[in-house]
Amino acid sequence: MSKIRVSTTVNGDAAEFLCESGSSLLDVLRDTMGLTGSKEGCGSGDCGACTVVLDGEMVCSCLVLAPEAEGRTIATIEGVAEGSVLHPVQQKFLEHAALQCGFCTPGFIVAAKALLDRNPNPTETEVRYWLAGNLCRCTGYDKIVRAVLDAAAELRQERTPA
Amino acid sequence: MPSPAFHVPDSVEDVVALLAADPTARPLGGGTDLIVQMRSGRLVPGSVVDFKRIAGMTGVRHEGDAFVIGAATPCTALKADAALAAAWPGVVEAANLIGSVQVRNRATMAGNLCNASPAADSVPALVAAGATCVVAGPSGKREVPVQDIPVAPGKTSLAPGEFVVEICLPAKPAGGGDAYLRSTPRTEMDIAVVGAGVSLVLDADGTCTSARVALGAVGPTVVLVEEAGKALVGTKLDDDALAAMSQAVQAASNPIDDKRGSVSYRKAMAGVLARRAVLVAATRAGAKA
Repeated sequence: MSKIRVSTTVNGDAAEFLCESGSSLLDVLRDTMGLTGSKEGCGSGDCGACTVVLDGEMVCSCLVLAPEAEGRTIATIEGVAEGSVLHPVQQKFLEHAALQCGFCTPGFIVAAKALLDRNPNPTETEVRYWLAGNLCRCTGYDKIVRAVLDAAAELRQERTPA
Repeated sequence: MPSPAFHVPDSVEDVVALLAADPTARPLGGGTDLIVQMRSGRLVPGSVVDFKRIAGMTGVRHEGDAFVIGAATPCTALKADAALAAAWPGVVEAANLIGSVQVRNRATMAGNLCNASPAADSVPALVAAGATCVVAGPSGKREVPVQDIPVAPGKTSLAPGEFVVEICLPAKPAGGGDAYLRSTPRTEMDIAVVGAGVSLVLDADGTCTSARVALGAVGPTVVLVEEAGKALVGTKLDDDALAAMSQAVQAASNPIDDKRGSVSYRKAMAGVLARRAVLVAATRAGAKA
C-alpha cells in the first residue's frame, strides 16, 4: 500500500512526513523525524512516556494514528527548552533530582508544562491527579511533584514584574 | 501493526458507505480503545474511518435545555461545557474518571459505549440519565436508548454500516440530580470493579418521584435495574427505602470472579455504591441534609 503524506507543525516548524496508515504518531516522531525524546513504555496509554501536546491538549502519541495528525500542531519534549536554556520545569527536575533512569522524564515534563501553562498555581493534589497518567518506577513520585510545584512558583515569579 | 486503509470522509453518509462496504472497517473517534486493540492484534480492521473532521462530530450542542454530544467529543471537553456540567454532573464526572488526562483528551463517551465493556464508566451514568444515542446506518438514522447498544462484552447491537453519531441527554428535570460512583483500588487510571449511576427527581417536600439506577461491572453489560428505581419512588429516601434499593441492586448483580474482584465482593459493593450514589444525587437534587 502506498504511504500517506501528512503535513503538520512540529515544535513550531512545518513538518511533512510519509507514513503507513497503521503507524502511530509516536512511531513517526521517533523513527521518521528523529525526535526520540518521546518514549514508548506501554503502547496502550497507561504510562504517559509518549506524551505530546496535540492542538493544545496533551495526548499519548502512541494512541494517535500518524495520519490523524494531518493539519495538526504538535509539541514534543524537544521543543520545551529554548535552545540551551532549560524550561523551569526541566531545571527544577534537575535541582530536585526528580529522575533516576530518565525514561519517563520527557512525558512527565511535557505533562507538567501542559498543567502549568493552564494553571500557574496548582495544589499538590491537582499536580498528582494531573500526572496520574505518567508512570515512574524509580522516584516514588514525591520529588517529581515537588519539582513541579517549585517550577510553578518560579514561573509565577517570572510572570509578576518586581 | 498491519496498515488498514485510512479514510477521512466528510459526511456521515460517506462514513456509513465505507463501514457498510467492509465488515471489518472500524470508525475512529478518539482511538483509545480501537488503537490499543489494533496494536495488540486483537482487531485487524481492513479500514479505519476517521470521522472526527465531519461538522458536528466534535462538541456539545444545546437544544433548548437538552444536550447533543457529538460522537468524537473528548471527555475533557464535557467539563468545559458549564451548562452540561451543571445539569448532568454525574455523567460528566463519570466520563472524566476514564484513564488519564492524556486519554480523556481523546477518549469519547460514544467510544466508551461502543467498546461495550461491562466496566465502562460513562455508560451507567448515561443510562441512569435516560440518555439516547443517534445511530446512523444504511437505512438512515434511528434514536436508541443508550442501554440497548451493548449486548455482551465487546459486542453491540449495531448492524453492519451503523455507527453512533451523537449522544443526547435530556434537559435536567426540575428537582433532578445525578451521580456516578465506582470502586477501584486506585483513584485514577483504573477500571471499575463496580460502578453505580443514579438519576432521580425529588418534589418540593423531598419525595422521590422518579429514579433510575444503573450498574457497571456486575454483568456482561451495563444493566438498568428498574426494581432499584422503583424502591425509591414514593419515598423520602429513608433507610428502609435505601435498603430495599440496595437489595434490588444486589439481586440484579451477576458479576464474574476475576483478579479485580470476587463475586461476593462485587455484589456487596454494588449495593453500597448504589446507596452512596443515591445520596449524592439526592443532595444535588436539593434534598435537605
